[in-house]
Amino acid sequence: MKTYNISVFTENNIGILNRITIIFTRRHVNIESITASESEVKGVYRYTIVVNVSLDQVRKIVGQIEKQIEVLKAFYHENDNVVSRELAIFKVHTGSFIDLKKSESILNNHQAKIIAIEQDYTMIEKTGSPIEIELLYNELNQIEILEFARSGKVAISKPMKTLEEYLKDFQLNN
Amino acid sequence: MLKGAEIVIKCLLEEKVEIVFGYPGGAIMPIYDAMFDYQEELKHILVRHEQGAIHAAQGYARTSKKVGVCFATSGPGATNLITGLADAMIDSTPVVCVTGQVHSHLLGTDAFQETDVIGISMPVTKWNIQVTKSEDIAGAIAKAFYIAMSGRPGPVLVDITKDAQFGSAEFNYQKCNLIRSYKPQPIVNLNDVKKAIQLLDKSVKPFLLIGQGIMLSSAEDELVKFIEKSGIPVASTLLGLGAVPTNHPLYVGYVGMHGNYAPNIKTNECDLLIAIGMRFDDRVTGDVTRYAKQAKVIHIDIDASELNKIVKADVPIHGDAREVLVELIKGVKSMNYDSWLNEFRECDKVERDKISLPSINPIKDLKMAEVINKISVKTNGEAVIVTDVGQHQMITARYYKYNRTNSAISSGGLGTMGFALPAAIGASFGTKKQQVIAVIGDGGFQMTIQELGTIMQSKVDVKIVILNNNFLGMVRQWQEMFFDKRYSGTDIQNPDFIQIAKGYSIPGMKVESRNELDAGIDALLTSEGSFLLEVVVEQEDNVFPMIETGASVSEIRLS
Repeated sequence: MKTYNISVFTENNIGILNRITIIFTRRHVNIESITASESEVKGVYRYTIVVNVSLDQVRKIVGQIEKQIEVLKAFYHENDNVVSRELAIFKVHTGSFIDLKKSESILNNHQAKIIAIEQDYTMIEKTGSPIEIELLYNELNQIEILEFARSGKVAISKPMKTLEEYLKDFQLNN
Repeated sequence: MLKGAEIVIKCLLEEKVEIVFGYPGGAIMPIYDAMFDYQEELKHILVRHEQGAIHAAQGYARTSKKVGVCFATSGPGATNLITGLADAMIDSTPVVCVTGQVHSHLLGTDAFQETDVIGISMPVTKWNIQVTKSEDIAGAIAKAFYIAMSGRPGPVLVDITKDAQFGSAEFNYQKCNLIRSYKPQPIVNLNDVKKAIQLLDKSVKPFLLIGQGIMLSSAEDELVKFIEKSGIPVASTLLGLGAVPTNHPLYVGYVGMHGNYAPNIKTNECDLLIAIGMRFDDRVTGDVTRYAKQAKVIHIDIDASELNKIVKADVPIHGDAREVLVELIKGVKSMNYDSWLNEFRECDKVERDKISLPSINPIKDLKMAEVINKISVKTNGEAVIVTDVGQHQMITARYYKYNRTNSAISSGGLGTMGFALPAAIGASFGTKKQQVIAVIGDGGFQMTIQELGTIMQSKVDVKIVILNNNFLGMVRQWQEMFFDKRYSGTDIQNPDFIQIAKGYSIPGMKVESRNELDAGIDALLTSEGSFLLEVVVEQEDNVFPMIETGASVSEIRLS
């Protein structure tokens, strides 16, 4: 078992996310995180799906994802082969955050920043690896964390072939 | 401007559809109304249940090699299609289902007969789409036909809301032949072919295993050329039966749980396994960790996700079976495999003496095998045989000597009881020249028995053979072998099948003893129109050979 980052490029059609997740459901594989947004190519959507599976499993899953009619291309990468980030937002009491010793240096040390501040609450944004977010969480947990939300992983692979090139291959081969 | 409902019909005509199997209902009424004006061009077969519609469409697709089409209404109409969709999906059958849907403004509101058919059918369709605007109908149907038929075929569902059917749009049909994210016809990598030829050159005991992919890519002629040039023995999967004539000297039988002895045993003795258009189903491989481990494997499939899915291939070739065979024929050398072929024949002799001959010439009760053998002889192996699921299915696969392609129609991957009767109806509409015989068990027959009404009304010619052992025989066999003969829920009380057929104006005959059998089969085969022949067979007959679940193909049991 290993962590794999699956990138899926799809047309922007209703139901395609469902078609993709069904493949995980059928194989009884849990999705650790999933993000979706438009890619650098207009109309093409990128999904980043993180799973803990074996190499054999991820190969077969990606093969079955790629088979879906509206999937342009799917890849899998180990953590070493992607650059990835998560985004987290913490909501804390403004009062207790200010009372917290070294609140300034906490922000500096964790490269986090305040994105909203009101009399009763403060919102802190942190972008980083899941572990870095975990560390800040632990530190802020000294005071009460009122709310906490984090995105799934967004990731881009290191190999240089671009989606545009794959799209060209597609058109040539058709 | 045309109404959306009429556009649906026009699209089907553009796709050269001649027949639709369906059942009307509230949400598809506009389409049925539009169809009323096209009765000359488009034949509608009213089934008795939507499951019957889709199985009929499957049977039609498999004999006609065209897309099978069916209509159903929203809600229960659509959900009744699901079994057939799953069946068509796993057996790669091109089917387009058009379902009616509630008004678009009612979607998601639990309206009357509303169901999320897109969500429900997603895992069992190659593609599906919901259309809510009249102007989108033609594009959706064009895509549906292209996707259903191209690459590895499969079922597609187009769900059309009632307002889209009622609304109007310009009709300008353009056939679809390109979807940028979909690459159905891979270009064969000639390097892979070269590697395959190298393995073939070195092989002393090559073994070819073919599946339905041969028929789906119309590669029957190339297959025969390939085996005749190379001299390589060929076996078939259940769905590949008939792709090469059973009486071909290089044909060595069919593989799988109840397949022939020789090809199962020899799978684990060959030095090269060439698999074309088949997917290594667990019913074929038995224990996959002990499957053909000694052999190099060449696997040819049009579906890339099948390659290395179950069996690791030394040379996977992604491509259409026919195109790859054309390349292989060019490179393969003629070799002499006589001693290797003799090994198959020795195994055959064992099977013949221990199983086949005693089964077709039994001393006591009537056996399923002798019935099928007689039908095979009397039809010269040239009929379309549609089977249901169970013991009779395995017996038919063993004893019917298929001499024609696209003539063995069965529910393979899904194992859907109730498949045969409606599929035979469709098969009969799909074939112009061949006689269609449905061989069904007494259990499965009752799962879609209502389709006798479809036969009556459409006057289609289907010869029905019920092999009646008064048991759900396959499950009973397992109970006997693996559950201490505890026959839980498998003894089935049957109605008078002949009386039921009579109720539908279908003549019939019940055969209870051997001396009536010839007359019964003759009556069946010579009757004008449909006929039902019930043969009462040995109650606790078992199908052998058998590879038990978890056993290796080389551990195939003869008794």
